[in-house]
Amino acid sequence: MTTRGQTVLDVEGLRMRYGVNDVLHDVTFHARQGEVLTLLGPNGAGKTTTIEILEGFRMRSAGRVDVLGADPAHGDEQWRARLGVVLQSWRDHSKWRVRELLVHLGAYFTPYSTERIRRPWDADELLDTVGLTEHADKRIRMLSGGQRRRLDVAIGIVGCPELLFLDEPTAGMDPEARREFHDLIHRLTDSFETTILLTTHDLDEAEKLSDRILILAGGRIIADGSADELSRRIAGEAEVRWTRDGQRFVHTTTESTKFVYELFQQYGEAIDELEVRRASLEDTYMTLVRQAESGRTKVTARTLEEVTR
Amino acid sequence: MNGLNGTVFRLGWARGMIELRQSLTNAQDLWGHLFWPIGILVTLYFMRDTTLDVGGLQLGAMVLPSALGMSIAFNGLVGMGQLLAVEREDGTLLRAKATPGGMQGYLVGKVVTVAGGLLVSVAVLLIPGSFLVDGLAPGSVGAWLTLAWVLVLGLFATLPLGAAFGSLASSPRSLGWLMLPVMGMVAISGIFYPITSMPDWLQWVAQVFPIYWLGIGMRAALLPEAAVVVEIGESWRTLETVGVLGAWAVLGLVLAPILLRRMARRESGSSVAARREKAMLVVR
Repeated sequence: MTTRGQTVLDVEGLRMRYGVNDVLHDVTFHARQGEVLTLLGPNGAGKTTTIEILEGFRMRSAGRVDVLGADPAHGDEQWRARLGVVLQSWRDHSKWRVRELLVHLGAYFTPYSTERIRRPWDADELLDTVGLTEHADKRIRMLSGGQRRRLDVAIGIVGCPELLFLDEPTAGMDPEARREFHDLIHRLTDSFETTILLTTHDLDEAEKLSDRILILAGGRIIADGSADELSRRIAGEAEVRWTRDGQRFVHTTTESTKFVYELFQQYGEAIDELEVRRASLEDTYMTLVRQAESGRTKVTARTLEEVTR
Repeated sequence: MNGLNGTVFRLGWARGMIELRQSLTNAQDLWGHLFWPIGILVTLYFMRDTTLDVGGLQLGAMVLPSALGMSIAFNGLVGMGQLLAVEREDGTLLRAKATPGGMQGYLVGKVVTVAGGLLVSVAVLLIPGSFLVDGLAPGSVGAWLTLAWVLVLGLFATLPLGAAFGSLASSPRSLGWLMLPVMGMVAISGIFYPITSMPDWLQWVAQVFPIYWLGIGMRAALLPEAAVVVEIGESWRTLETVGVLGAWAVLGLVLAPILLRRMARRESGSSVAARREKAMLVVR
């Protein structure tokens, strides 16, 4: 059993190769219990491949992977019972009724109940938690996209997982459902110390939910840290906005404090509606990914040069 | 897939019963269960005046038990294969894989669903059929016992093979080709006409496959002793039936776990997504 602060996810030098193509080059990261990690990256960066290897659904080419103390390539059912998986899209069990399926799937976890973690989650309570109580007796194919997504999340956590994988969990949810989902994630980490690894394209969501953000580009982790830490990495790039005599001004600078000081020295009280915005996660993300991609292009170009020479 | 424990078996059973109930309460699936039995009943109705040259038996009396044998093959081979292929595509199998003991529970459930569906088909065929056709002798305990063991052995001979086919298919649509050889086997296996009226070499081919033996097993159960004259060697060939069906069962039980495991190993979120995209292209 894991206790708070213990490493539950340990990945070192993970490589994945399909034929002659390396999809993952050298992925290294770890997560401690109760942490929420978000994996960001452009499409095709290797996010899903990484998650599938950790889930034990895909064999890796090389590297060391430790998930809840076991190698996912050889994880047994005991190990499986401690994981929760929510994939990008499910269409299964369309003829089943919502509550019926939740009760059925939950029952597989009963033999894995422990002193500390009671399994499974009570179906009615869980339906209430994800806001599906009124749809409990509906056939699953009659659910809307957002409701289906909430059911997927419910099934993912019905076994009270110690480690939860969420692949784009909020895709298709309306803003309200999304907010409720965020509250649910906070509840899971606060009350059950669940460790969560999620992918998303919603940078706001990433910033709100994660303790740490990993950016994956071109099969490598190019950044690992909290949203704050990441934006400080490309710090200096701040945006200063103000109005003077009813006119709007915007200026991007690396020395925002100095710039504002000079601004006031020059114009004094004529300055109004002053705003200094440090790079947002979106700016940070775009900059880092662009750097990584141009870096890769340079390497390719150099290799070409060497070849032609 | 080592060691089937009690909980998982019980859950698989529950799963099978839930899905059986679902398939009997929804129009599309119900039609699937009833289509063949009703087709055969209509055929029997039109055959009611045809009598065989040998034995003075009604043709319908021979066709009804043979058709029961055929339904075993349809349910076991095609039904099981189709379900696996469909549920691999829609992610049901992946869901099972993500659940502890889920794969075993899933398979137990499928066997229960398919076997239950078969029992429904058999009842739909046998009960009205016995009123349509004269000359059946299903009265004795022996007859029902024979019917029962042929049914069970027949499921063992076909279900695992069906699962093996299902796990080899890349999509439910590519499994359509399985229907052709099965129909071909039906045509040569003495289901709709006594096999003894076929050329010798075709008789030999038919006797390699399970459908002929499922048919003769059911005829042995339901026809009077006198009807044996239309069979090869004028015998119900019980030992041979057990032998050939048993051999197919062994083959299936050896192949199925290997192929199912291979299939399960390859399931992942992206493989399900890729199959779905392919399916969408076909639909479009």
